[in-house]
Amino acid sequence: MLSHSATIGIFLLLTVCFPVGAMVAAWMLRAKPKVDPDDKKLVPYECGVDTIGPTWIRFKPNYFLYALIFLAFDIEVVFLLPWAVKFQMLGLFAFVEMLIFITILVIALWYAWKEGALEWH
Amino acid sequence: MMQKIETIFVDLADWFIVLLQGWGIPLAWADAILLLVQFLGVVAIVLFNITILVWLERKVSGFIQERPGPNRLGPFGILQTIADALKLLTKEDIIPSKTDRWIFRTAPILFMTVSVMLYIVLPLGKDMQVVDLNVGLFFFISLGSLSTIAVLMGGWSSNNKWSLIGAMRSVAQMISYEIPLALSLMGVVMIAGSLRLSDIVAAQGNVWFIILQPIAFLTYFIAATAELNRGPFDMPEAEQELTAGAYTEYSGMRYALFFLAEYTNLVAVSALASTVFLGGWQGPGLPSWLWIIIKTWLVMFVFMWIKWTLPRIRMDHLMAFSWKVLIPVSLFNIVATGFGLYIFKGLGG
Repeated sequence: MLSHSATIGIFLLLTVCFPVGAMVAAWMLRAKPKVDPDDKKLVPYECGVDTIGPTWIRFKPNYFLYALIFLAFDIEVVFLLPWAVKFQMLGLFAFVEMLIFITILVIALWYAWKEGALEWH
Repeated sequence: MMQKIETIFVDLADWFIVLLQGWGIPLAWADAILLLVQFLGVVAIVLFNITILVWLERKVSGFIQERPGPNRLGPFGILQTIADALKLLTKEDIIPSKTDRWIFRTAPILFMTVSVMLYIVLPLGKDMQVVDLNVGLFFFISLGSLSTIAVLMGGWSSNNKWSLIGAMRSVAQMISYEIPLALSLMGVVMIAGSLRLSDIVAAQGNVWFIILQPIAFLTYFIAATAELNRGPFDMPEAEQELTAGAYTEYSGMRYALFFLAEYTNLVAVSALASTVFLGGWQGPGLPSWLWIIIKTWLVMFVFMWIKWTLPRIRMDHLMAFSWKVLIPVSLFNIVATGFGLYIFKGLGG
């Protein structure tokens, strides 16, 4: 028997072959006309209007705030998973402990809410 | 007879291994060759389901909007998807001049790879799993969240304002809805006591988890809709304002890969929903692999129904709904499940 990791590894290699194979098939079948590098066809498509200014700029900070709160909660999920698996064996102590943990996070969420981090500006 | 149909795929796999060993191939190599066959099976399942799904989605949307939908190619237009696929396959490949080429090229391949990898842990019938990981559910969630990166890569490297806005919205939405998605599965894990998907299915022998965990099913379903960027949560590719969001600059096969991967994800997420909440492959009468197909298609139909019935939700409402409604509700569900287990199962008493 192959180990689980070996199975996943081989499967991953095979899976990469699928889109790559599709690209190769398309490369063999598709039309390949010569395109002038200054052709209007290669300009970013913004509904026909010429693009103005650079695209790669500093972006709205809103997204960053969400990413920060997301990190805290995602780590919470990682902590909760092993606890949830063994919940029925761990007993009352672990349950109460996790209640306290969740309460702290709810307070954090409430604080972020109060400070307006969850508002879209 | 029934027993034969039930175990047909498992028997075929066993027969194949015995056959290969009969030819003097060592067991490890025979397993690897079987894995190749399983991979081809997964690809066949994916392609077949998507072909039908894309056609059905257009038919359902046509039905809901009181128009015929595709009806020219084949009976009821069923060959429409194949014609579309051939068209995309033979289209000229355009990479705009200002793109970040390598990231632009890798993004669709990464997206498709991640989506197909999801199927490795899904139980598609009794004993029909490529690999029965002991952290199967966790594997599924973590791989599923990788598609966020592919969308961001595609949107950022396109050097197009629509793409960038679409990608940013998509990332914000997907990370926000990932938390309620994972939290709503937590209640199920607490009852089943395992992350192994076959254990979770086995734990639903008497009663399905949709009955024990109705709130979790609702939050999972809503969060999954948002994770899939499907309507009413399709702000990232709101076609009236962003043309196609992160996929605007993609054409031909690259676009097709994104498009296929979205539907691959839809099938996988629906299959997970039926595995975790609707009893998986268990059901009376019919063989197990038919039951999971029926349940998955029912869930997918509900996804379509919702997409074509509800109007799109505004970005600020969308984010607020996840953080201010879904996360508190799913946290409450975990606590309630904990108390419920103590009361009804008499834990610790």
